Amino acid sequence: MANLPFLSLSIWVPIVAGVAVLCTGDDRNAKMARWLALLGSIAAFLVTLPLYFKFDCQDGGFQFDEGYNWIPSFNIHYHLGVDGIAVPLILLTSFTTVIVVLAAWEVIQKRVAQYLAAFLIMSGLMIGVFSALDGILFYMFWEAMLIPMFLIIGVWGGPNRVYATIKFFLYTLLGSLLMLVAFIYLYHQTNSFELVDFYAFKMPLNVQIWIFLAFFAAFSVKVPMWPVHTWLPDAHVEAPTGGSVVLAAIALKMGAYGFLRFAMPIAPDAAHYLANFIITLSLIAVVYIAFVALVQQDMKKLIAYSSISHMGFVTLGFFIFNPLGMEGGIVQMISHGFVSGALFLCVGVLYDRMHSRQIADYGGVVNVMPTFAAFAVLFAMANTGLPGTSGFVGEFMVILGALQANFLFAFLAATTLIFGAAYTLWMVKRVYYGEVGNSHVAALKDIGKREFLILAILAVMTLGLGVYPKPLTDMTHATANNLLNHLSQSKLP
Amino acid sequence: MNILSDIYTALPEFFVLCMAMLILIVDLFLDDTQRYLTYALTQLTLLGAAVMTAVAHSNAVGYAFSGLFVDDAMAHTLKLMIYLSTSVVLVYSRTYIALRGMFRGEFFVLILFAMLGMMVMVSGQNFLTLYMGLELLSLCLYSLVALDRENARATEAAMKYFVLGALASGMLLYGMSMLYGMTGSLDLTQVSAAIMGGELNHPVLILGLVFVVAGLAFKLGAVPFQMWLPDVYHGAPTAVTLFIGSVTKLAAFAFVMRLLIQGLQILAHDWQGMLIIMAVLSIIIGNVAAIAQTNLKRMLAYSTISHVGFLLFGFFSGTMNGFVSSMFYIVAYVLMTLGGFGIILLLSREGFEAEELDDLRGLNVRSPWYAFIMLLLMFSMAGVPPTVGFYAKFAVMQAALQAGHVGLVVFAVLMAVVGAFYYLRIVKLMYFDEPLDAAPIQPPLDMALLLSANGLAVLAFGLLPERLMGVCATAILHSIQ
Repeated sequence: MANLPFLSLSIWVPIVAGVAVLCTGDDRNAKMARWLALLGSIAAFLVTLPLYFKFDCQDGGFQFDEGYNWIPSFNIHYHLGVDGIAVPLILLTSFTTVIVVLAAWEVIQKRVAQYLAAFLIMSGLMIGVFSALDGILFYMFWEAMLIPMFLIIGVWGGPNRVYATIKFFLYTLLGSLLMLVAFIYLYHQTNSFELVDFYAFKMPLNVQIWIFLAFFAAFSVKVPMWPVHTWLPDAHVEAPTGGSVVLAAIALKMGAYGFLRFAMPIAPDAAHYLANFIITLSLIAVVYIAFVALVQQDMKKLIAYSSISHMGFVTLGFFIFNPLGMEGGIVQMISHGFVSGALFLCVGVLYDRMHSRQIADYGGVVNVMPTFAAFAVLFAMANTGLPGTSGFVGEFMVILGALQANFLFAFLAATTLIFGAAYTLWMVKRVYYGEVGNSHVAALKDIGKREFLILAILAVMTLGLGVYPKPLTDMTHATANNLLNHLSQSKLP
Repeated sequence: MNILSDIYTALPEFFVLCMAMLILIVDLFLDDTQRYLTYALTQLTLLGAAVMTAVAHSNAVGYAFSGLFVDDAMAHTLKLMIYLSTSVVLVYSRTYIALRGMFRGEFFVLILFAMLGMMVMVSGQNFLTLYMGLELLSLCLYSLVALDRENARATEAAMKYFVLGALASGMLLYGMSMLYGMTGSLDLTQVSAAIMGGELNHPVLILGLVFVVAGLAFKLGAVPFQMWLPDVYHGAPTAVTLFIGSVTKLAAFAFVMRLLIQGLQILAHDWQGMLIIMAVLSIIIGNVAAIAQTNLKRMLAYSTISHVGFLLFGFFSGTMNGFVSSMFYIVAYVLMTLGGFGIILLLSREGFEAEELDDLRGLNVRSPWYAFIMLLLMFSMAGVPPTVGFYAKFAVMQAALQAGHVGLVVFAVLMAVVGAFYYLRIVKLMYFDEPLDAAPIQPPLDMALLLSANGLAVLAFGLLPERLMGVCATAILHSIQ
């Protein structure tokens, strides 16, 4: 039991389960596909739990190490390992997959097996992204994950899905291919694709800047940072609810994670050199995108823009190079995973009943769906960063960290507490409160047991993390210090 | 050298020659209901040749017929791949040609002779042997394209192919004659040695080289010698397109290796520049023009042109690493092309050519399994992991990067994104759209199994590419000094 390859299991259990679900065939066996997918996703979640319980919080290095020779011709290894940044993200991924499978239960009626299988396979691939310690292995998972997402948006998405999904794919592909070039360049210099060899390799500043920019192309698109964020609102709006949840809760984190795992430690001097540039982009995202969110008519678009704004916090936290900022950014990633996922599920609940995402089509939902409205308001509050919810912890830490670095950064970042509250609460007011908007709203039925269960779990997580974030920060603390320590040492030859 | 040992060295070639003639005669005495015998004999010929090549396999280099013919690891490996892919071509095309009245002895005999030509090309060690192999191949291909006599488009394609092909052969021959005039030899080793001597008139050598490269580029289908390719791919019966698009590229690869690398590597500095220009143009024109196509066969033709561009990346790197990468690329390419045209053949039926993009609409509804196979093939062609196409692109790019062509690699990467668009469009048609056509898809069992294996191989070699890379590395390293 002690030496099971937990990381490999975390990756391959959902993928195998996904293939099994695929084998149930067409929609006549939809019921079987659903149960199989649920069992598979729960099993996949369970195998990730040992990563949390057996994790040594004092150790800032990589744990659960697994390494095999994979492609000796190019010295590529199947090398997995996790640190305190990756484990919470892996848990978030496997957890979200269970939620997504549950959320699809009655909603998806077309090609059920394929839908569920795509999510399970994608979950394994994303866990692979978070645990790969070899450049090419990482790249494989990173790119392969696009295929199921492409299909999810394209097959089960909204009316403009083809445009959205192709845009999503091509944007991401462009960035990642430049990252591949950087990997190959590093390979020819170090004769290895191992991350540790990349970490140790010294480079002059101009080379570091090019390498950093290549990684930046891949990760900034994924985060997404202003001005390469335009794929995200399209993809979110057109994606089915589950797709939006996974995109917001996990896929965006892959970009931020990439900065921490690859771009910054491989080219630390370039990271310092370009820090102000990235901080500027992050602040533009935080402030400008918040204004953009304010004028949205479509709930999903509003939450999509709010995601971009919140992810701006994450990159801001990383690039001010102090412990508070870094850990705040990580906490913000996890918290945003729960909150944005929950917000998209709330929109999904409404959309399933009304087939509209327009804010104008609603009004006074609280009168007919009181239970649901309570949850929705809670998540909206978490999105604005209300103390006591998880949204507060990360934002507060980042703002404190920014204050240590530069007052102006902190000031601009803190404006989000106002603008974020403005756009979220204004939406809440228009959708949930006031008089019942029209006869369609009047006919709405409150959430059922399944929806209640999903939202309740997420609510517990949001509040739990807000009141007592210690388990998470304990885990990330040593790793973040270790990383900052590495970043503070120049890698110039 | 006695004649028997020479014949023994070239045993597979002689065997294929004899069998082709035998089949030609046997076929005369068969009526249409017994025609399957011809088919079975052809497959047996391939099997027999494969056994002979496999038994003779070693990493040593052997020469026969006074150095006209070489027998080395690269020749063995490529020949085995040629047999295998020809056999796959025959399985995929059987139903298709039977429904179109081409299930006749000529088809099989021409395929065998074309294959013989390729085998000679692969083993050619002399300008004359190489040229002879090329012509044998080309003449068979011209006739194969025109095999469906009633079809005006196929006849036009054959005519175009013939005229341009003859021109290219002429250029190649002209280039070879100049090199012969300068070096006094037709033998690749001696040509190489004479140039190494360094007392030759460089400009004349380069003039000869330009003609040789032009001839090669035509056979490969690299820009600016790509004009024939879309028309021939489009016009030829799909079964023949499958053959031209896949198997012959293996021979073309060998042809480039023998002429440019074994014979003229000392002039690498001169031909690298030409190859770079052709590679860049091929990638641009192939990828951009493919976007505008509505015909699947034409789209795949332009996709071939862009693949050739990527293939050239390995060659102009000018290193062993680069040549191994190119070989890996061509093998991966053949695997993907076989599958891609296999799907077109699968969807075609009596009186219906499934060659428009729209014919793929809603394939996921009609047959999820074949849609999945095609999905794998398309992502592989786009170079998305975990498929073999990714490693193919990865290998050639790392070779070019090692040789210091950073700018070109970044350019190729950007164009790969353009390329991804039209492959994604196919996936979009299959998965996002509703079918226009509800005809059931019922391939014969052998084709169903083989096509499935073909698609899964794209995935399997993407997950575990080491074996295939090892095979390519051994073949190249033991053959090229």
